[in-house]
Amino acid sequence: MNILVIAEHNNQQLSSATYNTITAALQLGSTDIHLLVAGHECAPVAQQAVKINGVSTVLVADFSAYQHFLAENIAPLIRDIAQTHYSHILAPASTNGKDVLPRAAALLDIEPISEITSIISANTFTRPIYAGNAIATVTTNAPIIAMTVRGTAFDSALTSEENVATIETISIQHDKQLSSFVNEALSLADRPDLGSAKVVISGGRGMQNGENFALLEKIADKLDAAIGASRAAVDAGYVANDLQVGQTGKIVAPDLYIAVGISGAIQHLAGMKDSKIIVAINKDEEAPIFQIADYGLVGDLFEILPEIEQRL
Amino acid sequence: MKILVAVKRVVDYNVKVRVNADNSGIDLANTKMSINPFCEIAVEEALRLKEKGLADEVIVVSIGSRKCEEQLRYAMALGADRGILLETDSTPSSLYCAKLLSKMVEKENPGLIILGKQSIDSDNNQTGQILAGLCGIAQGTFASELTIEGGQAIVTREVDSGLQTLSLTLPAVITTDLRLNEPRYAKLPQIMKAKKKPLETLSAETLVAPFAPQVTTQRVDAPTQRKAGSKVANVEELINKLKNEAKVIS
Ligand SMILES: Cc1cc2nc3c(=O)[nH]c(=O)nc-3n(C[C@H](O)[C@H](O)[C@H](O)COP(=O)(O)OP(=O)(O)OC[C@H]3O[C@@H](n4cnc5c(N)ncnc54)[C@H](O)[C@@H]3O)c2cc1C
Ligand SMILES: Nc1ncnc2c1ncn2[C@@H]1O[C@H](COP(=O)(O)O)[C@@H](O)[C@H]1O
Repeated sequence: MNILVIAEHNNQQLSSATYNTITAALQLGSTDIHLLVAGHECAPVAQQAVKINGVSTVLVADFSAYQHFLAENIAPLIRDIAQTHYSHILAPASTNGKDVLPRAAALLDIEPISEITSIISANTFTRPIYAGNAIATVTTNAPIIAMTVRGTAFDSALTSEENVATIETISIQHDKQLSSFVNEALSLADRPDLGSAKVVISGGRGMQNGENFALLEKIADKLDAAIGASRAAVDAGYVANDLQVGQTGKIVAPDLYIAVGISGAIQHLAGMKDSKIIVAINKDEEAPIFQIADYGLVGDLFEILPEIEQRL
Repeated sequence: MKILVAVKRVVDYNVKVRVNADNSGIDLANTKMSINPFCEIAVEEALRLKEKGLADEVIVVSIGSRKCEEQLRYAMALGADRGILLETDSTPSSLYCAKLLSKMVEKENPGLIILGKQSIDSDNNQTGQILAGLCGIAQGTFASELTIEGGQAIVTREVDSGLQTLSLTLPAVITTDLRLNEPRYAKLPQIMKAKKKPLETLSAETLVAPFAPQVTTQRVDAPTQRKAGSKVANVEELINKLKNEAKVIS
């Protein structure tokens, strides 16, 4: 059983979700895991990739048209590679993975499976549906199994000091010229990554404005936490879109999740209810968030947050 | 330019769903059904492009049972010009939906095809990408801004690391994210008027020969419930519990 894992990276660094996806590949029972690093001037990524335990080969496709991971160019590359001898293609269930993997599946005429959360056998998986209000067990008989993997559901693969994998250069080049990169506005990564942070502190509409998120930041500094938000807080422009936690935002499962001024709509819960410990701070004691919170504190967040900061 | 919009009938987002007794799926009896929220955003975006003079016709397509006519009528009440129901009694897979939609793309020759990024029932987030792949055209997924300029679609995408802007050759597939727009509401006179708009029904099976789905659902379970928590009286107690009981901070 040969498994192809699609690495996610920014041409400098592998994303943490890639390591979780490799653990999923290992759980499938494969001893031959190949990691595809498609990008441009992405040698540093390949250097990280060869140190991941369980990976036997790192396939490096270094080509200018792969720089921004445009689906139109990457999908045919995946198709060409996967057609040779792979049973599974796995990608992180990130925006990149979700953009590219279904398109590659289309080119292979197979039905992909989105965001699996556990592996029952080599062709049977679970995945949440209806905003996590139900868990479906799905089986596939596709000739190649293509799926995206929820990072928080799998541990991170371990790495070695030494190189454990060999590098193979892929010379397939697709430049379909259907799309081109214009620009990007990246959030400054001065905090731990939302998807892998041990502590996440999120603010909702109750924060009232973006400036007040400073109250959360002060606490996050002390706890080395990532900052998250509800959709309402993002829609209102308090914080950037990439902080949205939920069914249609990011999925987090930290050791500690602190929800501040968030009511607890099912769409929000879908993104955080697998956290180990949940704390809710809300002035409305009837707020649904309290039904899933291990520790609920009823009160005004503007009084509570400074006090927490002080006592930490 | 024509715009083709795919709209899906789903359980309304306010409904708290329950797994049925035999674990075969969700109990849908007497459940409120609506247009998928992301599809509503897709319809709205198409209408805005038409209102700006960038499109001359908005066609809405839905795949499923005859009941999907309700969602098509609703989209027409919002302003879509005509509807097409691709009727099937089976639950269509994403690949089958995408193949059906690709037939519609062939037939109608739209400049833009707009889909939701995700159905809120199956949570798949894949039909638009599969469709773009099958048609061999560009895709702009998770769009939060869309403009048409010099025969190109300029699309800003909500990605994990922030925002990314791409320029796409037309025709292209766009999938909508939450912040692309705020959909309008349908007013009564428009709902009445929409009843007279053309709605064509085609048999899905005739359009694309059905094939056995590759992915099948074996069972559906309720998620494990979190045990009910407790309230703490004040910040001091909270921090004490986090340190000594939960041991998640030091
Ligand atoms: C298709 C779709 C997808 C969605 N996806 C997501 C998603 O991915 N993520 C997501 O979060 N939402 C999502 N939503 C939105 C979701 O349904 C809710 O609208 C949203 O989560 C509400 O955000 P909120 O809790 O911040 O706001 P509200 O529901 O308005 O709650 C604000 C809370 O703050 C409390 N509060 C106010 N002032 C104070 C104070 N001074 N001190 C303490 N507490 C205070 C209030 O009591 C209230 O409980 C989605 C909705 C749809 C339709
Ligand atoms: N049965 C359907 N009928 C019409 N459109 C659909 C159907 N299924 C999926 N779509 C479209 O594909 C989008 C993404 O769905 P999904 O890939 O299922 O998450 C939806 O928002 C719709 O625009």
